[in-house]
Amino acid sequence: MTLLRMENVQASYGQTQALFGVDLQVGEGEVLALMGRNGMGKSSTVKVMCRLLKHASGQVQFAGMDLGGMPPHVAARAGLGLVPEGRRCFPNLTVYENLIAAARAGVWSFAAVTELFPRLAERRDQMASSLSGGEQQMLAIGRALMTNPRLLILDEATEGLAPVVRQEIWAALARLKAETGLALIVVDKSLAELSRVSDRAVILERGKSVWTGTMDVLNAEVADRYLGV
Amino acid sequence: MIRREGIINTLIFLSLPAVAGAALLLDEPFTITLATRAAILALAAVGLNLALGLGGLVSLGHAAFFGIGGYAMGILASHAQSYVPLIDTWIVIEGTKSMPVIWLVAVIASAFAALAIGALSLRTSGVYFIMITLAFGQMFYYFAISWPAYGGEDGLSIYVRNDFPGLNTLVPIQFFGLVFTILALVLWAMGRLAASPFGLALNAARQNAERVETVGLTPFRLRLVAFVISGAITGLAGALFADLNRFVSPSMFSWQMSGEFIVFIVLGGIGRLFGPVAGACLFVVLEHMLSGVSEFWLIYVGAILLLVVLFARGGLIGTLAGRAVAHD
Repeated sequence: MTLLRMENVQASYGQTQALFGVDLQVGEGEVLALMGRNGMGKSSTVKVMCRLLKHASGQVQFAGMDLGGMPPHVAARAGLGLVPEGRRCFPNLTVYENLIAAARAGVWSFAAVTELFPRLAERRDQMASSLSGGEQQMLAIGRALMTNPRLLILDEATEGLAPVVRQEIWAALARLKAETGLALIVVDKSLAELSRVSDRAVILERGKSVWTGTMDVLNAEVADRYLGV
Repeated sequence: MIRREGIINTLIFLSLPAVAGAALLLDEPFTITLATRAAILALAAVGLNLALGLGGLVSLGHAAFFGIGGYAMGILASHAQSYVPLIDTWIVIEGTKSMPVIWLVAVIASAFAALAIGALSLRTSGVYFIMITLAFGQMFYYFAISWPAYGGEDGLSIYVRNDFPGLNTLVPIQFFGLVFTILALVLWAMGRLAASPFGLALNAARQNAERVETVGLTPFRLRLVAFVISGAITGLAGALFADLNRFVSPSMFSWQMSGEFIVFIVLGGIGRLFGPVAGACLFVVLEHMLSGVSEFWLIYVGAILLLVVLFARGGLIGTLAGRAVAHD
């Protein structure tokens, strides 16, 4: 069953149009890789999904609901969880406080999040501002999970992290997919890792979705043409 | 560091009953009244600190709630004093000299005022929020001046202090004990509130409102609830302040009063649970000491405030604890 569907979505920042026609869908339990070079509209697409940017035309539906006109907090309560680019944890709150500030009832609890990321349990009473980049990303994922989402969107999932920490994040995402069946949309630049975790990919080029398909057919030619790898 | 801050908080808090107790032994009732005044002003600023410190809402109109609390006391007590019912139509409402009833009326009235003011002002932010809250405060101020039924510009005197069951509230130490107990209870409740998911979300909304929205919370609603609780506490302090002085006047509504509450918080440490207590105590001590030196004593307070803002961003508590950033 389709969980999120975007059809011919166009969106602008004031006079500057960023999205010129994005089509994508993600089903229950599916992992979708959202790819594209820098400035091609990945983050704008994520913002439209989470209602941080209103689309000017097209359709955005989540779990059968039309998201047009829906404010971000209502979309979040409906089950859209976001791990934002740059992590953006609440710096003056501890790890534990960051997690419980946004908690809603469901399978994800402090215990469940620290089982996924044991390092967060070790840092429980430490301020978010004093965590390493990798730990902050774990916290940002944990914070989104604590809202018990149906779809988790990770914008630049491993950007700026050390290779060893990236592996931890990818391992956690693989566990989420295998053990919880949570639907994921992952924005990242690592084609190799995305290929391992994702079921399908959507590639954006100049604000339009130009390629959609399963990871096994995303061949070298497509990657070279759209992603420059 | 947190432990050190906890010790400093305890010492500052206990300094109030210590001063009052010493004054009792030395037979200095005026000093007990000073300690009571500090505790009441601290309570008002503790209320504001929820909005300002935790919520980041710089309200320059909190004197409105302080004044509403004061006038709730003044109006109810003056009717009880004159035996003229407050409302005498098909329903008769008498005045009262009972403190708990007055407190309840003060809290409810200021909470409703905060709900109305907050619902309108919280649609703005930054300097516009400061200006709109200032404007609301001044509206109440000018209304009180032009309200002859309750003294207008001259204010309203109450001849006897109101009653609290089991206490003789005219005895300074007993009234101090009552006020201090309320301050302690409110501080305890504020500590719990700040650590609750609501308090954490409010804190988070101050740090990054957009991020709070994407986890399903509404900054406007969080801030409005905080503003209402904040106004209600400041209103309660207003009722106590009026009872302490046995007098209410429009000056309780003045923007200078709102400014003083902010000064208490900045002096003590913004966002710190005990910051307003430290700030109010310091202010009352300075007021008492410096007003004997010069009638322009506020210039010295201004200089101290300037030094705190420039060199001691964590206020008195932050400086003593060695931590500029608050985390209560």
